[in-house]
Amino acid sequence: MTKITRPRPSKDRLRRTMMFMNAQRPGLIKDAYIYGCDSIILDLEDAVAVNQKDAARFSLYHALTEVDYGDTEVIVRINGLDTEYWREDVRVCVAGGADGIRIAKCESADMVRQVEAAVEAAEREFGVEVGRTLLMAALESPLGIMNAYEICTASDRMLGCAISGGDFRQSMHVQIEPDGVEMQAARGQMLLAARAAGVQCLDTMYPNLDDEEGFRREVDLVARMGFDGKSVINPKQIAYIHERFAPTPKQIAHAEKIARSCRAQSEAGIGVYVVDGKMVDPPFYKEAERIIELAKKCGVYHGDL
Amino acid sequence: MVIEKTAVAGTLESSDVQVTVEPAADLALAIESSVLNQYGRQIKATVEETLGRLGVTTGHVSVVDKGALDCTIKARVEAAVFRSCDASASDIPWGGAVRS
Amino acid sequence: MINAVGRDIPDYLLTDGREVYQGRFAKDGRVIKRDSPACVVREKPTADKLVGTIREACEKCGVHDGMTISFHSEFRNGDYTASQVVKVLVEELGVRDLRVAATSLGDAHDLLADYIEQGIITHIESSGVRGRIGEAISHGKLKEPAIIRSHGGRPRAMMAGEVHVDVAFLAAATSDKAGNASGTGGKSNCGSLGFAIPDSQYADKVVVITDCLVDFPNVPASIKCEDVDYVVVVDQIGDPRRIASKEARFTQDPRELMMAERAADIIAALPYFTDGFSFQTGAGGPSLAVNRFLESHMREKGIKMGFALGGVTGAICNLMDKGLVGKILDTQDFDLTAIKHLEENPNHVEMSQSEYANPGSKGAYVNYLDYMVLSALEIDTKFNVNVITGSDGVVRGAPGGHPDTAASSKCCIIVTPLVRGRMATVCKDVTTVTTPGECVDVLVTDYGTAVNPARQDIIDCLDAAGIPHVSIESLQERAYAIVGEPDPLEWEDRVVAVVEARDGTILDVIRQIKPYSLDK
Repeated sequence: MTKITRPRPSKDRLRRTMMFMNAQRPGLIKDAYIYGCDSIILDLEDAVAVNQKDAARFSLYHALTEVDYGDTEVIVRINGLDTEYWREDVRVCVAGGADGIRIAKCESADMVRQVEAAVEAAEREFGVEVGRTLLMAALESPLGIMNAYEICTASDRMLGCAISGGDFRQSMHVQIEPDGVEMQAARGQMLLAARAAGVQCLDTMYPNLDDEEGFRREVDLVARMGFDGKSVINPKQIAYIHERFAPTPKQIAHAEKIARSCRAQSEAGIGVYVVDGKMVDPPFYKEAERIIELAKKCGVYHGDL
Repeated sequence: MVIEKTAVAGTLESSDVQVTVEPAADLALAIESSVLNQYGRQIKATVEETLGRLGVTTGHVSVVDKGALDCTIKARVEAAVFRSCDASASDIPWGGAVRS
Repeated sequence: MINAVGRDIPDYLLTDGREVYQGRFAKDGRVIKRDSPACVVREKPTADKLVGTIREACEKCGVHDGMTISFHSEFRNGDYTASQVVKVLVEELGVRDLRVAATSLGDAHDLLADYIEQGIITHIESSGVRGRIGEAISHGKLKEPAIIRSHGGRPRAMMAGEVHVDVAFLAAATSDKAGNASGTGGKSNCGSLGFAIPDSQYADKVVVITDCLVDFPNVPASIKCEDVDYVVVVDQIGDPRRIASKEARFTQDPRELMMAERAADIIAALPYFTDGFSFQTGAGGPSLAVNRFLESHMREKGIKMGFALGGVTGAICNLMDKGLVGKILDTQDFDLTAIKHLEENPNHVEMSQSEYANPGSKGAYVNYLDYMVLSALEIDTKFNVNVITGSDGVVRGAPGGHPDTAASSKCCIIVTPLVRGRMATVCKDVTTVTTPGECVDVLVTDYGTAVNPARQDIIDCLDAAGIPHVSIESLQERAYAIVGEPDPLEWEDRVVAVVEARDGTILDVIRQIKPYSLDK
């Protein structure tokens, strides 16, 4: 029987940055959390050569059970459902107590349900609380994007979906563009689906490590679009994403003002009123609360609400 | 488990350890390590403990360590032993014979 | 006797006035009578000082068994001179019981390791011992313990007459017929010859060896003709590719970058970060990368660095070219950019090892240093640093200017990963103390920063700047939790090397390592 030492995973935790790490490289996985990313994705898929899939699972098992990752979420990217590897990948993830599983190349709700069934079987096999292990879907094809809503609602375990740019651009016959136009529609559609399903929506990694300007442009774009976070492949990408995804002091101040006035107004029984010359009603209040909550999680809130 | 054929796991990269197991009538352990003076005995104990958990009683086990942590040493010994029995691909007893 | 860093120094070493280390500035204010070299007077008009071969130079200098010879290490791993000279002395002239005093010895000097093994070289004094020589010393092959001195401690010992060099063999990129020698302008350039200057002033005989003879007078000269006895021209003084790299590149290792950024943040948070501040880094990855992060802090605050010190890389030269550094005072050059920069820039000047760091002088440049950023092999919970013995107890490093700059700077920052592979860098007790903990102020690791509790002023500054810090004990516990507690190294009684503090007292000793057995 395995003993799970990690805290129970949370579906709606902060996931501004999810950093990919090869599960087979001991020097990398032993302490990837020191860079402060919100989640680590230990990769059993593309990063691991076909003849090392077996060895990588042993490394992963001991890393999951013996390395103290603290507050950092630990997700494992398993091999595709069209391979012979994914079922054993699921077993080791569950037995080792991974917080979640990232389903590569997910195209349908049925694929989610297949993984869910395997996860549940593994939870029963290893005596892990049923329902503990979360799932997320990597959408890497037009079909995956088209089915995003069904995928996101296929299981209660779904924490969200992420677009995977490399495969997606290939299948669309496009290259990465400075203004992101090549993924505009896909990003938008996936966002709508994720928000409709009430799960998180995460952007792809930016591949060119030396192009700081292009990286920042893409982060700005997806932050403005409403993504919850972005995959990273190098720790140096973390700081800017965290900075960009955190509410600004101006946003926080405005949210505080709305939250305070709303409390006062609702005590007085007033529904709609005006702050700084703008009409404010219950949706504004909800958004203000969200901003303050996000600021707290990002460690940039110093007020008393 | 019984070591049925020669098998290797791990690399000679820094922080890794390469473990080679070979069939033999007796049990013998050879250890080289970049941190031998400070951790040689702990490495030996970890390897012996892992072999013991897997029920390996015979075979020659060679360990070339480049400063691997215990979790990596266990993983490499296990991978080599399971590979030597052609049993490394599926139905691994996670949390049973393979545990931390 | 137990010294001020808690190390037990055997009494038999405490002869001839030798003392144990008593503290950071215990010897401040004492008076030293400077040693003077024997000098053969030359009054007559002279054509030149050229001799045909190294052998001829040796013969003219009067070689004998038990003599002390010296070399400098400005040509680093590309150095041919030490091996060439020792080979002539041993193979052609049959000298035995050779004593070698060098600024550093390393991979270029395997031949010397052979002679140590054969009992021909019987004594070593150096600021650094790497490669096979270190192995030979640690396995007890020298007749008497090697002496390890810092860059400042070495010229101090020469000045105080504690080491007296019979013949200094000094390689130079260029020389004229009279011995005016320089590290630039030739075919094998090393840049600064700062390490060679004290030897040229304190050795009885000085031989300049070059592969590029230039017109007289070769001025400005690093080694002055008034100090030189003979000049030898050889085919090649070194392997240029191993003298200096093309350019010491900034690390791309995210771990090192993270630590470098934090170190720069700390520098900027302290009161010394004002216009005209002074700064030195080691040439290691994370230390070097501090330069990059410092630039943005300097620009943000609108200040410039007054001077940079020590070993020089292209990184600090580039900062000067951007108008952010006033002067560079250079003891050695690590890359071709730095060498070229020294040649071409009037504000980038050579500095002798003694001017740089000598604690026996009337005040070395290190005394004016605000910040020093250094690495460490090990640092313990008392902030003592080891940069000389590896995890197997073998001598394989160099204190260099570490103890000098740490002791004299206003803020010494050590930047090092918490663990390297399975080695705990932050540990309970360093194997060998090379820099006393009282000289170390801040430790930056990839797992957090610790401040020496003696520096409450720095703690207050970090708190004010919102820079988190933890106790060094918590970092050590974290390290052991990751790698496990190391078994203590096992030693024989025999002392194989003495680590001198920069003031000449004994800081620590290194003993012969016991053969390791797995069964115990």
